[in-house]
Amino acid sequence: MTQDLILSVRNLHVGFNTAKGAIEAVRGVSFDLGRERLGIVGESGSGKSQTGRAILGLTAANGHIRADRLQFHDTDLRNLSPRDWRKVRGARISMIMQDPKYSLNPVMTVGDQIIEAYREHFKVNNREAKRRAIEMLESVKIRDPELVFKSYPHEVSGGMGQRVMIAMMLIPEPELIIADEPTSALDVTVQLQVMAILDDLVRERGMALIFISHDLHLVSSFCDRVLVMYQGRVVEEIAASNLDQAQHPYTRGLLNCLPKMDGNHADLPVLARDAAWETQDLT
Amino acid sequence: MIEIENLNVWFGENHVLKDVSFDVPLNGSFGLVGESGSGKSTVLRTITGLVDDWEGRITIADKNLGPKRDIAFYRDVQMVFQDPFGSLHPRHTIDRILSEPVDVHKLGNSDARVIEALKQVGLDNSFRFRYPHQLSGGQRQRVAIARALILKPKILLLDEPTSALDVSIQAEVLNLLSALRRDLGLTYIMVSHDLAVVAHMCDDIAIMNLGRIVERATARQLADGHLDHPYSQQLFRAAAGYDRAIIDSFVDWD
Repeated sequence: MTQDLILSVRNLHVGFNTAKGAIEAVRGVSFDLGRERLGIVGESGSGKSQTGRAILGLTAANGHIRADRLQFHDTDLRNLSPRDWRKVRGARISMIMQDPKYSLNPVMTVGDQIIEAYREHFKVNNREAKRRAIEMLESVKIRDPELVFKSYPHEVSGGMGQRVMIAMMLIPEPELIIADEPTSALDVTVQLQVMAILDDLVRERGMALIFISHDLHLVSSFCDRVLVMYQGRVVEEIAASNLDQAQHPYTRGLLNCLPKMDGNHADLPVLARDAAWETQDLT
Repeated sequence: MIEIENLNVWFGENHVLKDVSFDVPLNGSFGLVGESGSGKSTVLRTITGLVDDWEGRITIADKNLGPKRDIAFYRDVQMVFQDPFGSLHPRHTIDRILSEPVDVHKLGNSDARVIEALKQVGLDNSFRFRYPHQLSGGQRQRVAIARALILKPKILLLDEPTSALDVSIQAEVLNLLSALRRDLGLTYIMVSHDLAVVAHMCDDIAIMNLGRIVERATARQLADGHLDHPYSQQLFRAAAGYDRAIIDSFVDWD
């Protein structure tokens, strides 16, 4: 595991200066990542997305990052120049965002966007890039890749759009993929199919995956390990297969408040938040 | 309380609802489940009069609905929409949002009605003069529910009322909706893509695909996984989470 260590994060803080004063979105997150699928789960405002964005240097301009360590292989991600960031982003670490409707360029064909992503990192001619792009569309199980290649984003469905995103992000063969709620905008069956495609590709290519989601059940059935975040901190780290043995009252509360298909209409247990969760020592 | 028979709806050339029929008894709670494009929301929109081109019979409290809804209809039937960020006017205070239906229906006494409606959804008076952006998602959805309740309707049409909310907030809003149905004797039709939410909230459930009801089930049958139609079985299996083998068995239904 140690020789396979891809990313190491220690005591990560992300703060923002806003009109209403300073906000600490992430407060001391630490984790190590090997070639595995790590889930980060939390509710809105828990800091899960900001953690992912900080790793890619995508924190907004009014934000600042502080960490004891933010090491990606041999690269220290803390003080990269914009030029150095361009060598990492896309090529070595890549991100799949939530909604293909907003993250694809609406006035550019799908094919041109994939080619653009590829040629940003590889010096190849247009024909070779096109061949690779079609190949990539095939590998995300798009039935008619030639047709989709020529389509504009509004001409493809949500599930298809997200496959295109995956194709585009995976084509430079990054070592680490950060997927931020990649399937939340999709129907359940499509969601699972897209996750299966992502899963296969990540395995085949030996990539590491950080899967950010609000859906504890989905994440634990998909990932190897799960970090549960609350108010900017990791309150629990658990092997996904042991989710039912979760200890922290927040994790347990999240699991309990889900409606179940047991034919029982009694009121759902409501999550009682404890102020101590924001400060308690978790080591 | 609600009877729908052979409802057909067209959007231009598109035949989007095909022979949809179901009944909901007084104080009942009926669930419509399906994926996007299944027509589940269109059923609600047709009942409320937001759809023009329809055929069939819709009966609410023994009255057949014609092409137009009169104002009395909206006293009895109110709708709660999915996104509390989009359904509340951003530049109106909560007080104004809630008093508007009171004014439209010339009920008068809006002060007392606003206070009562807020209380029914568990918000105290301090919320009354705030703006929607000063509220959390769950609080906003409570306001949207209060706006529907302020006319003292008999029927609430709930279109994905909790799908924009965190699960812990969803639990609170679902509990609120259950309590309101119990206490006020309301009748619900609830639309959701989430099988578990509908199974929890509804007695009687219809699973829709491509504009048709493909299967009817009670909450009990759903709990036991007693489903006959392959589409509903697939939906049921998908609700269980990520399982590679099951995903490979999925078929496309379009």
